[in-house]
Amino acid sequence: MSPTLAAIGLGPYLLVSAALLVLGVLGIFLNRKNVIILLMSLELVLLSANLNLVAFSSALGDLAGQVMVLFVLTIAAAEAAIGLAIVTVYFRNRGSIQVEDVTMMKG
Amino acid sequence: MGVPSLLNWAVALPEIVLTLAGSIILVVGVFLRRGKRFFPVVILSIAALLLTAFLVFLAPSGVGYSETFVNDAFARFMKLLIIIGGGAAIILSVSYRGDEQKPLPFEVPVLMLFSTLGAMLMVSSINLMALFVGLELSSLAIYILCAAGRENVLSSEAGLKYFILGSLASGLLLYGISLVYGYTGTMEYHGLINAVRSVDALPMGLVVGIVFILVGLCFKLSIVPFHMWTPDVYQGSLTPVTAYMSVAPKFAAFALLLRVMLESFGGIAPRWALLLEAVSMLSMLYGALAAIPQSNIKRLMAYSSIGHMGYAMMGLIADSVVGVQATLIYLAAYLFMNSGAFACISAMRRKGYEVFGIEDLAGLSKTDPGMAAAMAIFMFSMAGVPPLAGFFGKFVVFATAWQSGFYTLVAVGVISSVIGAYYYLRIVKVMYFDAPVQAFDRPAPSLMFVSGSMSVATVLFVVFLGPLMTVAQQAAVALAG
Repeated sequence: MSPTLAAIGLGPYLLVSAALLVLGVLGIFLNRKNVIILLMSLELVLLSANLNLVAFSSALGDLAGQVMVLFVLTIAAAEAAIGLAIVTVYFRNRGSIQVEDVTMMKG
Repeated sequence: MGVPSLLNWAVALPEIVLTLAGSIILVVGVFLRRGKRFFPVVILSIAALLLTAFLVFLAPSGVGYSETFVNDAFARFMKLLIIIGGGAAIILSVSYRGDEQKPLPFEVPVLMLFSTLGAMLMVSSINLMALFVGLELSSLAIYILCAAGRENVLSSEAGLKYFILGSLASGLLLYGISLVYGYTGTMEYHGLINAVRSVDALPMGLVVGIVFILVGLCFKLSIVPFHMWTPDVYQGSLTPVTAYMSVAPKFAAFALLLRVMLESFGGIAPRWALLLEAVSMLSMLYGALAAIPQSNIKRLMAYSSIGHMGYAMMGLIADSVVGVQATLIYLAAYLFMNSGAFACISAMRRKGYEVFGIEDLAGLSKTDPGMAAAMAIFMFSMAGVPPLAGFFGKFVVFATAWQSGFYTLVAVGVISSVIGAYYYLRIVKVMYFDAPVQAFDRPAPSLMFVSGSMSVATVLFVVFLGPLMTVAQQAAVALAG
């Protein structure tokens, strides 16, 4: 166990990551403005899980969690790239990236 | 134990070949002449899937890659279903033309290959890390596929919606994985089952983690209450992409749900069974009721698939070898009727433009009797009329749930399938008894091939039901036995 984590304990790490998760999810559901903010909220959700994984991995003395974080970071990068590409295509067709305009289909 | 036996790469032979084939086909596509890229690429993609399907039979059973990857009877069964579904969608894309009357971008079949690869990896994963990587490989490809109609505003809106909600679901699933890892100290399924068995009271964090994983998977399956993306994404995406999305990723998510819930958290089945029972009932009822006012056939298929996933979940809730077998039979039946129905929907074109209204099918029995007959077969099968595939699927899941004592669940299932029959039969009524409207364009041979072969499979399901039951039973034993 790393000395820092031993001094602070696991609790605060889990608390911060839970707070990040809640912020990310609220950011997606409460945001009515810009799609880019949604992309940022999605990153927050993934990073909260990453923080969890690193904290647990350090506390358990098991490397699997840290290996997983590397995979997740790679995937998050790919996801952000795809997200921005989709937003670009959407903007070209619709001329707006306001969340309230994403309503061509309903029912 | 040396390194080679830990690696044991031969168990992943189909996946390795599909990865290489996909990469090579992508490069080949880039070097072809602009405007002539799509057809060679799509033919190569179908060939690659055929080769992969062949290799699924050849690959030895066993565990590989330091206990992250398994090849067993269950994985083989699900992989074949996924390959058939993916292959059907790729064949549907051959003759597809957008509103500009141009072929699709050549990346579409290649992305379908990669998404199929991700789905196959999900099916074979026995480690939460492999699960997540496979899931994301499959999902990322589908996000792009949804937005593949680059000049089509509905398609890009579908892509945006699916991307945001899908990424959120992946994020929640990942958060659940991190909690499960933290409270059990392992990511391997067999380690999880030991960790769950060894404690008397489950830690709160682990319970929350399992619920998060369930939420993520239910989203991918479009189970109520995580279904809200389904109708919009189904309607907006290009038809071959919708055909793809409604089968392969759903099967992979189902395989994951079966593997994770039964293999690693099977010891605590009574605790999660109630939760799944509730979402299964909600999905069946919602799928039946919300489809009634729809006039767009792709939206209708979206509600129909929400309902079907609810039925298929009944087998999982029964939590037994027979239950898994029933779910597998149901998924096989769903594959045939769903792919076939999408082949018919792809053939709904007038003067080159796609039409999606149910009223556009009016009098189809006079203008195109063959297509009307095929569509009627798929609709009867989805409604659960004997002796078609859908009837046997529903029969086995209802029977298992009844034997396991889930009487309310079966009652809700029967009621919702009666309600559901209304809108399936309404389509048949429109095709056979309404006054004909303008005829559709002559369907392309590829569409006739898919709808023809799928209708044969739907009608003759009873003939190969016996062997299918045996294979599904072997698969179920490999998983839950």
